[in-house]
Amino acid sequence: MKSASFSPVRGILMLIVAVFFLFPLIWIVLMSFETNGDILRSPPRLFFSPTLHNYVSLILGKLGGGVGTMTVDYMRNMMNSVILSVCSVVVSLILGVPAAYAFARFKFRGGEDMAFTLLSFRFAPPLLVLLPLLRYFQVIGLYDTYFGLVWVYQLITLPLVLWIVRGYFEDVSEDIELAYRLDGHSWLATFFKIAIPLARPGIAAAALLAFIYAWNNFIFALILGSSSVQPVTVGALAFITASGIEYGQIAAALVLSVIPTLVLAIFTQRYLVEGLSLGAIKG
Amino acid sequence: MSAANSSATSTAPAPLRSRGAGALPYILSLPALLVCVGILIPFLTAVFYSLERYNLAFPQARKFIWFGNYVKLAYSSEFWRTVEVSLLYTVFTVGFELLIGLGIALLLWRRSFVTNLLNVLLILPLMVAPAIASLMWKLMTNANFGVLSYIVTVLGFPNFRWATSPSSALFTVVLVDIWVYTPFIAILLLAGLRGLPRQPFEAAELDGVPQTFVFFRILLPMLLPYVLTATLFRMLDSIQQFDIIYAMTQGGPGDTLMVFQIQSYLQAFTFTNIGRSSAILMVLWAITYVLSKYFMSTWTRLRERAHGLA
Repeated sequence: MKSASFSPVRGILMLIVAVFFLFPLIWIVLMSFETNGDILRSPPRLFFSPTLHNYVSLILGKLGGGVGTMTVDYMRNMMNSVILSVCSVVVSLILGVPAAYAFARFKFRGGEDMAFTLLSFRFAPPLLVLLPLLRYFQVIGLYDTYFGLVWVYQLITLPLVLWIVRGYFEDVSEDIELAYRLDGHSWLATFFKIAIPLARPGIAAAALLAFIYAWNNFIFALILGSSSVQPVTVGALAFITASGIEYGQIAAALVLSVIPTLVLAIFTQRYLVEGLSLGAIKG
Repeated sequence: MSAANSSATSTAPAPLRSRGAGALPYILSLPALLVCVGILIPFLTAVFYSLERYNLAFPQARKFIWFGNYVKLAYSSEFWRTVEVSLLYTVFTVGFELLIGLGIALLLWRRSFVTNLLNVLLILPLMVAPAIASLMWKLMTNANFGVLSYIVTVLGFPNFRWATSPSSALFTVVLVDIWVYTPFIAILLLAGLRGLPRQPFEAAELDGVPQTFVFFRILLPMLLPYVLTATLFRMLDSIQQFDIIYAMTQGGPGDTLMVFQIQSYLQAFTFTNIGRSSAILMVLWAITYVLSKYFMSTWTRLRERAHGLA
């Protein structure tokens, strides 16, 4: 702030920050291209002949090195993550956008209480509801189903969509909508033709962030599903237990699991601040 | 005149509003309401469980015992160990993340190519699932090939065993938490800093006010709402941490990392003691409820400011 000249202390501090936060990612990516022999070599070296073998065996589902092969369907976990995250976001948008509009436009009895109750779920310990839900799900047959999990995922994705999109609706002047209504258009037409297009950046940001949160969730599927519906976060842990010493393949599995969210992060970064603070801080 | 004005402005949109203000908002928010109810039912069930003697291994012995589980907890050293570990975890993670995050935000305050680039790169750890991040650090601290194990050996600490030793397990998971979540605080505080008015700082510089005075008397007070929001946000997550610890050691070695949710998970799924597990979670819920009440009031103020409603 004080002077525009470059100071070496600041430069060194920035370098330390960059190394601390990026090194683990770089190391794990490098490791995923190494053979087990290269990984176990000490001291660790930066240069090695890269191999795609780890990724190939992961994608084919045939794991193992010298001792023998076994089948671990990690790609199934990847697919589960995609299904759960996409469905959760779609459901949250369908339920959350109209509700966000209602909360932003109408002051109605109980509205604010409902919005805050939903927000407070974001901060309640998930296990508290998961234990009873497990009993209920087993009784009504929702245990170990995508449907049941998507429903529970609304706990994280719905408050996010609701509060971010609400902020965008509040920023759009009501006058534009009123003018359109005075032209004789119905409320529904106004909502779809005026309100939603104007709040589109907010809806997009909320959708991307909700996707990231859903993708990164761990505890819901750990408790409410078996390996057939569990996402990569749970799958990766099981994978480590199962594959034991195939470290290169473990690293490849971790890299595959983070690629979608890291790529999305680059598109969301403009809205990230607002999304992370649930609309409390403008980016 | 003013009365006529206000009545004019309030009557003009009235036909439109009255039509909307009837059943419409309720219809629109009905799904959200159903989700609320859908969560309140299991929540109330959990409250009931916590008042029961309820062990899946002894279904005949199931009985309503009022606060019996809570009384037992109060006399259990294991429970107080859980409280202690959870508080230590929360204090260490939030404390360090706040200090480092504030430092990073100040470092990146002035816009330049390098600071903008770092700002983008900082997002990456935050986008990694905490469970996956924990597994990455588990590989890095692996005794056979982990790069961090190699580094501490070179530095002269060959016996530093990271998460596998009771003396350094807490340090290791706190480090992972710092790696994942410090960017969260840094990014929020940076947005706060860049949103501050420039005049007070320019005036202070013109007057030659000392830097420490500017920092403690101008910058920190102006930034306080942002600091408070970020801190409460993180505290609420930290006291309930599950993913990082479960993926790293599942609460071990021994009872070193038995935080609230790990302990109650163990009670429910290893010891099938649903009653005790629910009582532990109710204690945690009470803590988060108080924190989140406080959080929402500061958060609402910030939000109104951000959306120009105040």
